[in-house]
Amino acid sequence: MSTVTTAGATAAGGRIGALLRVRELGIVLALAVLVGYTAFVNPRFLSGQSVRDILLGTAILAVLAVGQAIVIITRNIDLSVGSVLGLSAFAVGTVVQDNPGMPVFVALLLGIAIGGVCGLVNAVLVRYGRVPALVVTLGTLYVFRGITYSWAGGQQITADELPKRFLGFAGESVLGVPWLVVIALLVVAVAGVVLRNYRVGRELYAMGSNPEAATLAGIRVGRNTLGAFAVSGALAGLAGVLFAVRFGTIDAAAGTGYELNVVAAAVVGGVAVFGGSGTVWGAALGALLLTVIGNALAVLDINQFWQQAIVGALILLAIGVDRLVAARTARALKNRNGHVR
Amino acid sequence: MSDNPVARRLSRVAGWDAAIIVVAILALVVAGGAVENFATTRNVGFLVLDLLPIALLALPMTLVIITGEIDLSVASTLGLTSAVLGSLWNSGMAIETIIPLCVLLGAVLGAVNGVFVTVFRLPSLAVTIGTMALFRGLAFVVLGDSAVADFPAAFTGWATGTIGDGPVPNVLVPLLVLAAVFVVVLHATPVGRAVFAAGASEQTARFSGVRVDRLKFWLFVASGAVAGLAGVLWTLRYSSARADNGFGLELAVVAAVLLGGVSIFGGKGAMPGVLAGVLLLATVQNALRLEDVSNEALNIVTGALLIVSVLLPNIGRSVRAATHRRRLRQSPTDPIS
Repeated sequence: MSTVTTAGATAAGGRIGALLRVRELGIVLALAVLVGYTAFVNPRFLSGQSVRDILLGTAILAVLAVGQAIVIITRNIDLSVGSVLGLSAFAVGTVVQDNPGMPVFVALLLGIAIGGVCGLVNAVLVRYGRVPALVVTLGTLYVFRGITYSWAGGQQITADELPKRFLGFAGESVLGVPWLVVIALLVVAVAGVVLRNYRVGRELYAMGSNPEAATLAGIRVGRNTLGAFAVSGALAGLAGVLFAVRFGTIDAAAGTGYELNVVAAAVVGGVAVFGGSGTVWGAALGALLLTVIGNALAVLDINQFWQQAIVGALILLAIGVDRLVAARTARALKNRNGHVR
Repeated sequence: MSDNPVARRLSRVAGWDAAIIVVAILALVVAGGAVENFATTRNVGFLVLDLLPIALLALPMTLVIITGEIDLSVASTLGLTSAVLGSLWNSGMAIETIIPLCVLLGAVLGAVNGVFVTVFRLPSLAVTIGTMALFRGLAFVVLGDSAVADFPAAFTGWATGTIGDGPVPNVLVPLLVLAAVFVVVLHATPVGRAVFAAGASEQTARFSGVRVDRLKFWLFVASGAVAGLAGVLWTLRYSSARADNGFGLELAVVAAVLLGGVSIFGGKGAMPGVLAGVLLLATVQNALRLEDVSNEALNIVTGALLIVSVLLPNIGRSVRAATHRRRLRQSPTDPIS
């Protein structure tokens, strides 16, 4: 009897896995159709420059989406990432402007540190202040942006004020892969492995599935929450440096509204808003899909303004599909158990 | 203020609600005394005009948050109705027809949120983040980054004018009427009791015969309709229909509601507190603006107020719990010691 039940449960588990894989397969399929159609209409879409543009755009969004995925998996949300990116980009831009000799990796570390501090502010308010993540990060979304504005005023850092070596980093590549993309891949790979194979990663999923049960099971929920927000902030800080390197022109508005794209990338990539499921690989794929959509709109000569509407529609579609899948899985599990009995 | 025994007693009697009313009045008095040009008729008129959209949106938002949901899409609904208003006006439709259509559009957009939340059972936070992007995006699709400005002077003049050229702005009338309706609905009708019941415990409410889903659906519709009306008034006030109208306004609205003592976890709150919260926020913003603080720097204040409005009661609760524990430990009848 018990073996039958276990077999049933495993089969159902396999089914859940299969459905999740269907999600990633769906994105790949959508990507293939979109790229195929766009390239058919306008072959320029697959030119070296266009592909490079897409990869660089995806790199920045994917780094942010990985952080967001980690936070959402713990059943929280971080709406402040766009503002952290802006603050880090402007701060690092200013420092590099004043110290032209500064190696790029120091700039990267500086961005990570600035973002990490911002993330810690969120983390402490959520953990010790017991303020819901939505309220905290909606507040800091405006606080961090306001700080950047007060600091920058109307002033702008332009590409010719930044050292060549710093900007050149965007063009440099290893074995033909731009550094920005290498960094993003590293972030996705490390986060993916930690979430999948390490204890702390599994604890994040447990917290998101059932916070009370996780606490009772001895998981240090508070410490992990601190960590998740700090990592999300640090990655947003890193993304800020990548942003500065890629665009060269930075003002106080850098990254405004990014949070919607980031949440969309994570949710479209199969990170459930209810917490407890999803992968950073999915989130990175979501980032790729969103970036390709944006660039395809430009190439297909469709009104650029559709992009934000599409982002919104994709969020709704993704959470709707998640709900449907969850309901169907629940029904399947119930039927199976009913059959066994 | 916590050293003042009167204030302490007051806050113990009526809690946060009374405290925020006192603070709002204090802020008005201090700003009137310390900030040059604050207490002029002209500036108070501006204060009311600035406060109007936040106050309007805060009314239904209060009910939505008390039921334990949230609507982050209100500012985008405002933007989309504003864009549609401009676009319809450009196409030559009469403004008397456009205005009711815009309010109706707001209601339909609210119904979209309502369907996602109550029929598909999706969390309102995620849904309204989605529709926040969707509605704002559609606003840009409708109007692009252009602006429509040539509205009839009779309407734009009304939106910025005062009653009989006295000191009271015209727009205060619809605001007070709506505020009265929402106060009565929340505090004196079965619907209001149902709102509190649904927020305190949805399951209990359901078992008590409250049709929670229907209630929430209509609250989202109300939220959208009021946002539509706010979009119309915003457009007429600035005499400018733009897709980015009201961008970021949801922060001020949620901040005002939470400042007003509504619990983000649902089930608790009162309309007088919320109105005081709106007044406090608008006063602080207005006074700082008179002191030449930039709009972006103002957002630091608003964001911080939002966080503090949830943080302070939490800290108060922990302190009270700690004192209670200490008192228990010190009491001689404590069986452990």
